[in-house]
Amino acid sequence: MSTQVFYLVATLSILFSLMVIFAKNPIHSVLYLILTFFTFTVHYVLLNAQFLAVVNFIVYMGAIMVLFLFVLMLLNLNKETEPAKSPVVKIAAAIAGGCLIVTLIGSLKAVSINSPLSLQDPGLGLVENLGKELFGPFLLPFELSSLLLLAAMVGAVVLAKKDHTEEA
Amino acid sequence: MDAAFVIEKFILVAVIFGVSLLIAMYSTYAERKVAAFLQDRLGPDRAGPFGILQPLADGVKMFMKEEIVPATSNRWLFMVGPGLAMLTACIASAVIPWGSPIAIGDRVISLQVTDINVGVLYIFGVVSLGVYGVMIGGWASNNKYSLLSAIRAASQNISYEIAMGLSIIALLLLTNTLSLKEIVAQQHGWHWNVLYQPVGFLIFMVCAFAETNRAPFDLPECETELIGGYHTEYSSMKLGFYLFAEYINMFISSAVMATLYWGGYNYPGMDYVAATLGTTWAPLIGTAVFFLKIFAFIFFFMWVRWTIPRFRYDQLMNLGWKGLIPLAIANIIVTGVVIAIVEKF
Repeated sequence: MSTQVFYLVATLSILFSLMVIFAKNPIHSVLYLILTFFTFTVHYVLLNAQFLAVVNFIVYMGAIMVLFLFVLMLLNLNKETEPAKSPVVKIAAAIAGGCLIVTLIGSLKAVSINSPLSLQDPGLGLVENLGKELFGPFLLPFELSSLLLLAAMVGAVVLAKKDHTEEA
Repeated sequence: MDAAFVIEKFILVAVIFGVSLLIAMYSTYAERKVAAFLQDRLGPDRAGPFGILQPLADGVKMFMKEEIVPATSNRWLFMVGPGLAMLTACIASAVIPWGSPIAIGDRVISLQVTDINVGVLYIFGVVSLGVYGVMIGGWASNNKYSLLSAIRAASQNISYEIAMGLSIIALLLLTNTLSLKEIVAQQHGWHWNVLYQPVGFLIFMVCAFAETNRAPFDLPECETELIGGYHTEYSSMKLGFYLFAEYINMFISSAVMATLYWGGYNYPGMDYVAATLGTTWAPLIGTAVFFLKIFAFIFFFMWVRWTIPRFRYDQLMNLGWKGLIPLAIANIIVTGVVIAIVEKF
């Protein structure tokens, strides 16, 4: 049963991602992106990675996409205000995109589908095991990435502060 | 998965849904009565004895009103907005344990729809989705005031979510689990988490007020600045859904606060009651106690609304970012240090 669910959700993922690109209105694009992230959440649940699923749900759907919507609403972008790109940029983008797809197909061809991938440990994605992994073998990368995030946060605050004093 | 299990869960879902709607309905009545009480008035008293049929009359009024969809609005999203608000308000109740398992005959029925092992995070995720109904509705209305309200709702929601998450982290340090069922079970008798996490509870409660758009944090619907806020363009039952969703949110957040911090269905002396009444009736008393706690919180929500004036927008942001977040971080550190000391000695 989970295979059928996977195919259904995967189709929806692709459909919604395409809609993100093809939607004329930026707000609609973001709404489709939210739906795409929702299908990703379902994928994580299918893979028994419940913690990742719910974090994806909170962080991407709940926080980041709200900020996207917030910014778009603040700018009030719509079809009319979207700047038209020059033909050179369009051709360059098409070539770059084509290169990417060739690379992807090339790399995927090497992968053989012999047996369905099975999880060695079905409980791997649960909070407890994930926490033990993160704070055990992967402690250093975990702490380093948190430091990186902290630096970004401090940087954002410093930038905001600087603006404030100039205005005053 | 046997058929009885499916039927049992189906009934449970239907009952919870019905009870949520009923409580939300009578919250509107209670709100007006509480307001009247606090302002030394009578409140609604025309429809039925003590005005008890007022919510029904209001409901009928809402349904009968003319439905207007603004010509310049985005039709589809305009309709999705209120629906989304209702959906996100209702789905959080799935992980709340409404009572300890009831034994009927030789069957033990759990009063929780599903015990996922990331229950707390699920609630948190649903809370963070709650703002979409407001944002989409506010944007689709194609009205400047609605849009401003939607933007306010988004920034307010994001800001207070952080402090809320941090206050939950301090709680999780104590409970060592994300499952709501276990969190409640740990608070057996009077070992309620609020006794160990008073500051965390205070932060959580303030954030709950902000996340449900209740006064004093109801800036998205600040009448003096934004007409009606995000629902300015809404009429008829679509407006009703938005108002209704707010009361369901209030009910659910009261339930979450009671579950996480105030012991859920636990009460002092429950062991004695369980020993006397047996496993069929004792859990029902626990559920009644749980609902008493919820009603107390709902009353508190209303009490605050009619007592404290609305914050200014910059005050709201200052409180969230410069007050609650540092306080929540300090709370985590103190909790962590205390736990480390207690475990060591």
